[in-house]
Amino acid sequence: MSVVTRILGALAAPLVAVVVAMLITSVVILASGGSPGEFWSIILSAPADRVYVNIVNQTSMIFLSALAAAIGFRMNLFNIGVEGQYQIASYTAAVVVGAALVPGLLNVALGLVVAMVAGSVWAGIAGVLKVTRGVSEVISTIMLNAIALTLVGYFLNTYGVRAGNSLRTTEIPESSQLAGWTPFLDRDGAVWTLCVLAIVAGIAFSFVINRTSFGFDLRATGMSESAAVASGVKVGRMVVISMMLSGAIAGLIWMPAFFGAAHTYGSTFQYGLGFMGIAVALLGRNRPLGIFFGAVLFAFLNEQSNRLTLESDISQNVVQITQGVIVLAVVVAYEVVRRRQVAAEQSRVKRQLDATKPTTDEAVSA
Amino acid sequence: MSAVSSAEATTSAGQDAIQVRGVGKRFPGVIANHDVDITIRAGTVHALIGENGAGKSTLMKILYGVQKPDDGTLVVGGEEVSFHSPIDAIEHGIGMVFQHFMLADYLTVLENVVLGAEKLHGIGDAARAKIEEISRTYGFGLDPDELVEDLGVGERQRVEILKVLYRGAKIIILDEPTAVLVPQEVDALFGNLRELKAEGHTILFISHKLDEVLAIADDITVMRRGTTVGEAKPAGTTKRQLAELMVGSELPSPETAESTVTDEVLLAVADLTLTDTFGRQLLSDIDLTIHRGEVLGIAGVEGNGQAELVETIMGMRKPTAGTVSVGGQDMTTWDTRDRRSAGIGYIPEDRHRHGLLLDAPLWENRILGFQTRPPASKGFLLDRGGAREDTDRIVEQYDVRTPGIDTHARALSGGNQQKLIVGREMSGTPVLVIAAHPTRGVDVGAQAAIWGHIKEARRNGLAVLLISADLDELIGLSDRIEVILRGQLVGEFDPKTVTPQDLGSAMTGGQDQEADA
Repeated sequence: MSVVTRILGALAAPLVAVVVAMLITSVVILASGGSPGEFWSIILSAPADRVYVNIVNQTSMIFLSALAAAIGFRMNLFNIGVEGQYQIASYTAAVVVGAALVPGLLNVALGLVVAMVAGSVWAGIAGVLKVTRGVSEVISTIMLNAIALTLVGYFLNTYGVRAGNSLRTTEIPESSQLAGWTPFLDRDGAVWTLCVLAIVAGIAFSFVINRTSFGFDLRATGMSESAAVASGVKVGRMVVISMMLSGAIAGLIWMPAFFGAAHTYGSTFQYGLGFMGIAVALLGRNRPLGIFFGAVLFAFLNEQSNRLTLESDISQNVVQITQGVIVLAVVVAYEVVRRRQVAAEQSRVKRQLDATKPTTDEAVSA
Repeated sequence: MSAVSSAEATTSAGQDAIQVRGVGKRFPGVIANHDVDITIRAGTVHALIGENGAGKSTLMKILYGVQKPDDGTLVVGGEEVSFHSPIDAIEHGIGMVFQHFMLADYLTVLENVVLGAEKLHGIGDAARAKIEEISRTYGFGLDPDELVEDLGVGERQRVEILKVLYRGAKIIILDEPTAVLVPQEVDALFGNLRELKAEGHTILFISHKLDEVLAIADDITVMRRGTTVGEAKPAGTTKRQLAELMVGSELPSPETAESTVTDEVLLAVADLTLTDTFGRQLLSDIDLTIHRGEVLGIAGVEGNGQAELVETIMGMRKPTAGTVSVGGQDMTTWDTRDRRSAGIGYIPEDRHRHGLLLDAPLWENRILGFQTRPPASKGFLLDRGGAREDTDRIVEQYDVRTPGIDTHARALSGGNQQKLIVGREMSGTPVLVIAAHPTRGVDVGAQAAIWGHIKEARRNGLAVLLISADLDELIGLSDRIEVILRGQLVGEFDPKTVTPQDLGSAMTGGQDQEADA
């Protein structure tokens, strides 16, 4: 019984949130003179083959981004800097891989390591500032986002190669490009090889968080810092390590696109994945499975909304309202469900104890 | 000022100040109050007693308008009332003094009193005169212009009572007013309460200390499991009878058996000094030793360095000077985890903040503090099976009443949470157990069990450092008692010969002689 209620409880909140988001989006469209019916028929229509491929690719990157944010969230660290971390990491990796220091697949591996190191160093700055100077990671990571954007822009302007109207890094050698898998026709595009990173990272995340003593320390710190300290966790060290882990995963976010399609850091770089990851982490309750469904939903909405511009007068940006409301509604819904579950558990404990030991003096206090 | 009532004759005879009839209050999943019936006679001290979780706080909040009852009626001064907020309660002459004082340290007594009641007598000389008048009438001895920061605990409490009187309260609710006081201060408070009664005030006195209740109350109402279970008059009632009404079972006593103290020193603290960032000395030159099989009790008014001492021994704070050794091993530079692994068990003062992950299941709470040790882990991996098995053992051996080990810690009562912590900290092979207020906020049943476990630990050759505010508990369990005052150990006592009064005097440095006796 408790398994069923737990699953229902876990599903109820996001479902309610999605329904609320659909209602509010419809109201907004109505208020702005559009037709909600048209909007939903376009969004909910069957995607084209090409769109399926894009959804898979986008899902993998959003998933990685959300995972990066989730590591911090699990210990109450608000790493808002995933955006800057993956920019720095992507640029650094693009430069190193473009230099072709080692051949073929080794170059890919080198690129991934460089991206993770660059991301973790950038995130580590915020961690060290918090531990040594007491700077809130929210403030420092937001500032580091701005610095990352400026810094990458400066390097690109100074050392970039000109291609048409824009500047980019040196294209990576063909032997290091990963073509990916083409499920439909060639013109529908390929599912990038490194989408598999998302699966690997998701499993690794789950294992580390749930099965290792490090993961326990991290969760314990998130649930109660004071209890963690009393149990022997060195919170300062944990802050730096988890920020760096978060940054390392952030470093991987754009790698599927980089090796699969872009092959260079330039005008094709996809901004905004870092912020979307924060929203999806909240939506997925910082659990890999939840994040996966959240990532699919966001990728689906993004890709389907592209058709709005072609097929209707409704702005593509309306979808962002839907996404925003989903996140807001889900946070509220989770809290409501959580409180109800706590109350239900307390009364269940009381009932069971009363039934087994009618004469005990124990009362479960509120 | 005789203790037992002659009040009825002298005050507004026979009239009832408050009648509570059939009051009930439910929260999701918890029945906090049901069928509560109390009649409080005007001009008396009425004691409301019961264990933690018996429903006293909820009833108090209902009387003070913080919460609305789901059913039943309240009658105040013959008029049926329905309070929507404490403002309504104050209008009906009900005032409340909370256990945790609500005073601004950097304001004077006058400023604290008029704050929020500026309309009554202004903020100037009229207010000052009123405050001085109240202070004189009831023997509070308060100077309106003194900073609250400079006042002792007993004086602060009188400021709180003065605040309530200033607002015109005729009925005063005191929530566990003696919990923060040393014995001499308690006597002084009782003196004040008798003055108040003599002037026709009605006092509702909430407590779970039976000696005090018998000393001050005219009527006693006992609550258990959310409802009123009995009434008593202090004359002709014994502590034991009251306690049995409260818990519905026999009362345990803390007294220890034969001494098991040996010569072997397990904990040695030498010249321990802790200075905070502002240069204040939190601990100065603390020297103490605990032997195998010995319980050392630390007595002191809260806030005199007990928490700092514990946290320094646990490695949660770094001492400015001095050393901590356990079993001959100097641990001064070790971190908390290494100290725990070396055999220090820690029953923290605030179990919700330091002892539990409330939103994690019991078996995960078993891992807390044992992240790197069996049975909770193997190498860097958690051993979930081992942790679950050992949680079952603790639940069984320590009588933790729970439906199962997957229940979240938050759902358990305080006593059961504490039994889980005690079970966890006694497992492995501890050599030293630090128990800070181990029975605070737990019911009498769990209290007896926890005392039993501490005695057993002592028999098994552990060293126990016991910090407690309950002097009876300290005297009953300890082999030796040290008194801590302003971060220094100021005296050692033999529990066989010491009285609570001696300890109280040492705890306040012998200066706080304001007893009215």
